[in-house]
Amino acid sequence: MIELTEHPIDTQEVLRRVSSTQAGAVVLFLGTTREFTRGRQTLSLNYECYAEMAEKKLEELDVEAHKRWHLVATVIVHRIGQLGLGEASVAIGVSSAHRQDAFEAGKWLIDTLKEVVPIWKQENWADGTAEWVHPPDHTSPIEPFPTKQPLEKAE
Amino acid sequence: MKVELKLFAVAKQLAGAEAISIELPAGATVQDLRDAIGDQHPVLRDITTRAMIAIDTEYVSNDALVPENTVPENSEIALIPPVSGG
Repeated sequence: MIELTEHPIDTQEVLRRVSSTQAGAVVLFLGTTREFTRGRQTLSLNYECYAEMAEKKLEELDVEAHKRWHLVATVIVHRIGQLGLGEASVAIGVSSAHRQDAFEAGKWLIDTLKEVVPIWKQENWADGTAEWVHPPDHTSPIEPFPTKQPLEKAE
Repeated sequence: MKVELKLFAVAKQLAGAEAISIELPAGATVQDLRDAIGDQHPVLRDITTRAMIAIDTEYVSNDALVPENTVPENSEIALIPPVSGG
């Protein structure tokens, strides 16, 4: 399941939702807001999204992960709005019978989310300025999922 | 035809609006739309070269046709600056 939320992410709830007696592994990834980026100090961050499209892209990622790996359950939650330092901006929970699937799927989900899902981060710097972050190496995500993972499911 | 273009993040900030109107000839492609954005809203020229275009919440290539979207319930066209979620 996927969710965009303006409230703090309940990471225990993410774990609870992916936990299952069918799973032998549960992986939880949290993206958290960092204080220093290349020596500049951040006070807070704002996340904006194109909600309809972001939800659709997150759903597609969720479905694709289940096609590529043997997974029991997946949860992707992204926070929108203003976040203080150290808060989770994204949480990805993945469970699988064996750990390799959960680790690989979790990494693929966050890597691909950062390439294709229309969400943007604004840094509110300690010097009083604010700046939208737009990675310069953005490649065109015309291919549905332009990442380098094999399509075969891991054994 | 006139199309409405949704803006986000730095594009919204630069234009000072959540959406802008672009005048296009009928049968225009996404590349024509990109050129028109830069011509009609020069403040967006730079970011447009680095942005993706989405039509009805799907990324489209430059040779795709731009649908007429003057009626709100018709197609939704958006300028998607390089994303930075996560």
